[in-house]
Amino acid sequence: VKDRPNIDVSNLPAYGFGHRSLIWWGMLGIIVIEGTVFAVLIASYFYLRIYVRDWPPSTPPPNLIYGSVNTLVLLASLVPNYIYKKAAEREDLRKVRIWLVVSIAFAIAFIVIRVFEFPALNCNWDSNAYGSIVWTLLGTHSTHLVTDFLDTVVLTVLMFTGPLEGKRFVDVSENAFYWYFVVLAWIPIYVVIYLVPYLI
Amino acid sequence: MSLETRVATTDGRGETAPRDQSERETLEKTWQEPPGIVGWFSNVNHKSIGRRFIVTAFVFFLLGGILAILMRVQLARPENRFLGPDLYDQIFTIHGSTMMFLFAVPVMEAMAIYLIPLMVGTRNIAFPRLNAFGYWIYLFGGLFLYAFFLFNVGPDNGWFSYVPLAGPEYSPGKRADVWAQLITFTEVSALVVAVELIATIFKMRAPGMSLNRIPIYVWSIVVTSFMILFAMPTVATASACLILDRLVSTHFFNPAEGGDPLLWQHLFWFFGHPEVYIIFIPATGFVSSIIPVFSRRPVFGYVPLVLSLVSTAFIGFGLWVHHMFATDVPQLGQNFFTAASMMIAIPNGMQIFCWIATLWGGRPVFKTPLLFVLGFVFVFVIGGLTGVMLASVPLDLQAHDTYFVVAHFHYVLIGGAVFPLFGAFYYWFPKITGRLLGERLGKWNFWLMFAGFNLTFFPMHQLGLKGMPRRVYTYLPGTGWENLNLLATAGGVVLTLGVLVFMINVFISLRRGEPAGDNPWNADTLEWATNSPPPNYNFLHVPTVAGRNALWDKAEDQPVVTGLRGDIRETLVTYVLDAEPDHREKLPNPSIWPFLTAVTTTALFVGSMFTPWAVPIGAVPVFVALVGWFWPTKKGHEEQLSAEKQIKPSEVEAQS
Repeated sequence: VKDRPNIDVSNLPAYGFGHRSLIWWGMLGIIVIEGTVFAVLIASYFYLRIYVRDWPPSTPPPNLIYGSVNTLVLLASLVPNYIYKKAAEREDLRKVRIWLVVSIAFAIAFIVIRVFEFPALNCNWDSNAYGSIVWTLLGTHSTHLVTDFLDTVVLTVLMFTGPLEGKRFVDVSENAFYWYFVVLAWIPIYVVIYLVPYLI
Repeated sequence: MSLETRVATTDGRGETAPRDQSERETLEKTWQEPPGIVGWFSNVNHKSIGRRFIVTAFVFFLLGGILAILMRVQLARPENRFLGPDLYDQIFTIHGSTMMFLFAVPVMEAMAIYLIPLMVGTRNIAFPRLNAFGYWIYLFGGLFLYAFFLFNVGPDNGWFSYVPLAGPEYSPGKRADVWAQLITFTEVSALVVAVELIATIFKMRAPGMSLNRIPIYVWSIVVTSFMILFAMPTVATASACLILDRLVSTHFFNPAEGGDPLLWQHLFWFFGHPEVYIIFIPATGFVSSIIPVFSRRPVFGYVPLVLSLVSTAFIGFGLWVHHMFATDVPQLGQNFFTAASMMIAIPNGMQIFCWIATLWGGRPVFKTPLLFVLGFVFVFVIGGLTGVMLASVPLDLQAHDTYFVVAHFHYVLIGGAVFPLFGAFYYWFPKITGRLLGERLGKWNFWLMFAGFNLTFFPMHQLGLKGMPRRVYTYLPGTGWENLNLLATAGGVVLTLGVLVFMINVFISLRRGEPAGDNPWNADTLEWATNSPPPNYNFLHVPTVAGRNALWDKAEDQPVVTGLRGDIRETLVTYVLDAEPDHREKLPNPSIWPFLTAVTTTALFVGSMFTPWAVPIGAVPVFVALVGWFWPTKKGHEEQLSAEKQIKPSEVEAQS
């Protein structure tokens, strides 16, 4: 019997981190989709701006305090996320657990502050088109905060209760990747909602 | 890490080697479809989901076709009383929405779901559960539309649902909301499928299939999927804004409160124009698959073909304003969009020349798939020419909202997508079912459709130039439109006969068709390297590839991949650029949760048409279903642990 040439892959690992993993590509796809949603909303904001003289049209501009504080909290939350991402890539379960919990604490903090941001917009969604677009921008981003918070809670519970596999560390790492997106996407949204009314 | 090809101990070249036989049995058992009714709803195999997807999309094609025939009957003579204006409005709206959102895009994705994992040489699609979810949410979206239509609540503002007509003031009731939520359903489905396809194509290709070797059809799907990622969120956002305007009194499109109806048109067409290419590019992928096989030679101009797909995708995002030349967009802007609209003819023309060159340099075999492709070239070129005409502002202003435009886009869409799709049906039917479609009926099918199509739509050019507007339910005698309309209706009957012949052919061939064997066309891509129909695990051994035409360039002793676990659903993940093996990945087992997630999501979407509170309340069951989906099962957990026991990533790092 003649032997057949082959490529033996039995000594390859059963998972990989970052762009090597399938889930990273899935996450990137979701980020592109949601990034496009934010971009479309921001473009709509400026489109609506063109056709009116005053901006905001009839209401005072937003109060800066809650939004600015929240921006700092969001940026600070990158730190625990970074730490648990690195710990996950080293498969350090203890550190992953601790810093996941810290991240959740941050998430609770900025969701609570976010509740105060809506009244600080100084308008309602049905006041005029300006109100509609800023409420929708803030609302869409808040939806991301809440869903990512829930994701993180479920993942954290799993990391405490098990059943655990090595591959879960990939999920943890990608959870932080998505979190980076939610925080970084906030920066242009913050500029548009809070600063643009003072600038143009 | 280096993975040298070495001569292994695996013996046997034929199917009958005892070791292969036992591996086959193990794979059969591991990848078998879950039994029973619950199992049917839990299936996550890309071929089962792909088949259901294709059949569902075809049913919607038939429904949309029936609506089209109803319209043609109504328009056959002046002042006809067959359909009233209200019903006619619903019918043309649902015809357009069905064909665009429930047929054209889904059927292209459905074909890709079935074919791509086979073509790149892997065992299942990336994210198979998400794939199942994508199917269910699409199905529920379609059922939702037709259920509301049956209760006389079908959308009636055209498939683009322009405001202010679709806004709260002029469209009270639920009809416009039904349209907006249909968009949400179908876009969610399209988006998740696009993500899966990108991940599959980038990360799951057989070793050796570097990016410059992937089949052009696969390129067309990766390009389309990226277009979907950037285009579909726009219309989803727009339809969400429309629903907000209608339900919670926002003012996005209300000029009295600083909103702007033209914002709707910009958002819609920023999606709507790329949408045409999202439908057309996969169809060109079919053409680039079929022409070389039936010309018996590799495709001419692989690199220009790929580049023209990519440049079409880019330019496709810069054309949307040519749908808005009749609005007050600035003239400078109009010039830009005219130029871009004409420019897109360049890459598309380049593709057509590459196909002609392939045919020219080959020995064409005129079987039905090739006939449909040649019909496509003829019809599409006419549609492309009227496209160049409509790109010019003065001509567009004359022809705007007339039947000339209707003729143009049916030439582009039916010519550009439906003809290649039927060619693809004939081409891949033997792979999917194991039996060939009949050639004789195939020829009838083609000629009836080709003649019927041209009879239906060519007169519409003339009707448009004679001033007949679109979307009117009837017209007066003496307008000079009577004979051309009657001719178009007669053509519609012939076209319908063509589709009926296709269905008869399928029906007969499923039972009595000639058995196909693995590779009836002697084709070049990997899906032809396995059985017809393929087993649930696709390939006994994951193949490797030595050139652009995998099967034609295959070495006599082309290596296969061994060492993947057959007792769990393991597959090979490779690097993006050169497809070198990276790691083994255990794909998810069947699960009922994607179906339940789709059910709960449907409840949320439908409920939110009636009260905003359906969103927070409906989110609770969706969340529960998602947790059920994510939470590891005992079986999945043990399988993953046993896969990981073989070797840890950290150990690999240590070795290298």
